[in-house]
Amino acid sequence: MFHIYCPYCEEYREEEEFHPRGQAHLQRPADPENCSDEQWGDYLFFRDNPRGIHHELWVHSVGCRKFFNITRHTANYEILETYKMGERPSITAETLAADERQSGVQTASGGWQTVGARPEDEALNTEARA
Amino acid sequence: MSEIREFDCRPNDQTGAESPLAWSLQRGPVPDADTQAGVTLRESAFMGHLILRGGAIVLDEAVREVLGINLPARPNTLTLDSTGERSIQWLSPDEWLIVVPGGEEFALEKALRHALGQAHFSLVNVSGGQTVITLSGPKARETLKKSTPYDVHPSAFPVGKGVTTIFAKTSVTLRQPKADCWELIVRRSFADYLYRWLLDAAAEFGVSVER
Repeated sequence: MFHIYCPYCEEYREEEEFHPRGQAHLQRPADPENCSDEQWGDYLFFRDNPRGIHHELWVHSVGCRKFFNITRHTANYEILETYKMGERPSITAETLAADERQSGVQTASGGWQTVGARPEDEALNTEARA
Repeated sequence: MSEIREFDCRPNDQTGAESPLAWSLQRGPVPDADTQAGVTLRESAFMGHLILRGGAIVLDEAVREVLGINLPARPNTLTLDSTGERSIQWLSPDEWLIVVPGGEEFALEKALRHALGQAHFSLVNVSGGQTVITLSGPKARETLKKSTPYDVHPSAFPVGKGVTTIFAKTSVTLRQPKADCWELIVRRSFADYLYRWLLDAAAEFGVSVER
């Protein structure tokens, strides 16, 4: 069982109270009428499946019933941070890789696997991909 | 004045009403009254429950004007008036539960609508949908520990706190308005299930039901 920090309730709660709702920070094409089928299909159906840092949308369904974001490590299930809707994550694949490099630990290039999906913020992942 | 049409859900006439626990208390298991019981259960039936949603600053002003108590701004807190009969509980950053003695809810709803005017808010009378089960006695906390994963130790759950959490595989709003007195706000359709659960959980401590 996890204890997950709800940024709205401002305390740790049992995992049972929460539900995951998939990848966070999806960006709807600005002009759906004029975007390509590929762009629209990517937005609707394709999601990242990274080994490493993943930003996810969760809902505190038994509790305050608010949606919020979790930055989670998909290999060891560690929850690195939770943050409110509309906020930017302070921990991303690139910041984590940089920290680990500093501490002398060699890491595989973690981060996003970008088959099909387009991350919301290109800058967020440029370094992770490189 | 808002354009919402209001109506009294429970007009003061001879229409009969049954509390969510009426059936359980008439037909279900009811232990004999016991002054030595570790846990005492009681249903505070027919209270007025209102869900108030909107921005905290606007609502706080109106609530203080109408009810004379502050809107709890901190998460998971509860404010009571001087008599302890009326309370407002934080449910989420833009949602509060007001519980008042039965019969006052319609007048309160009208007064709040009037005070809030054209502000952006929502006020819904949910009195029929839920009820309050009060748990008291020296072993009340032990009973809760068997039922919910939430930490009810005094250091984590002081008087004046209220949370919505998992309770016996369903969800309740659990709160402690005064020392060693716990209120469970339960959904109507879960009332019988939770009542039976509580009887079973508290059986080892000795349980009595006040009616």
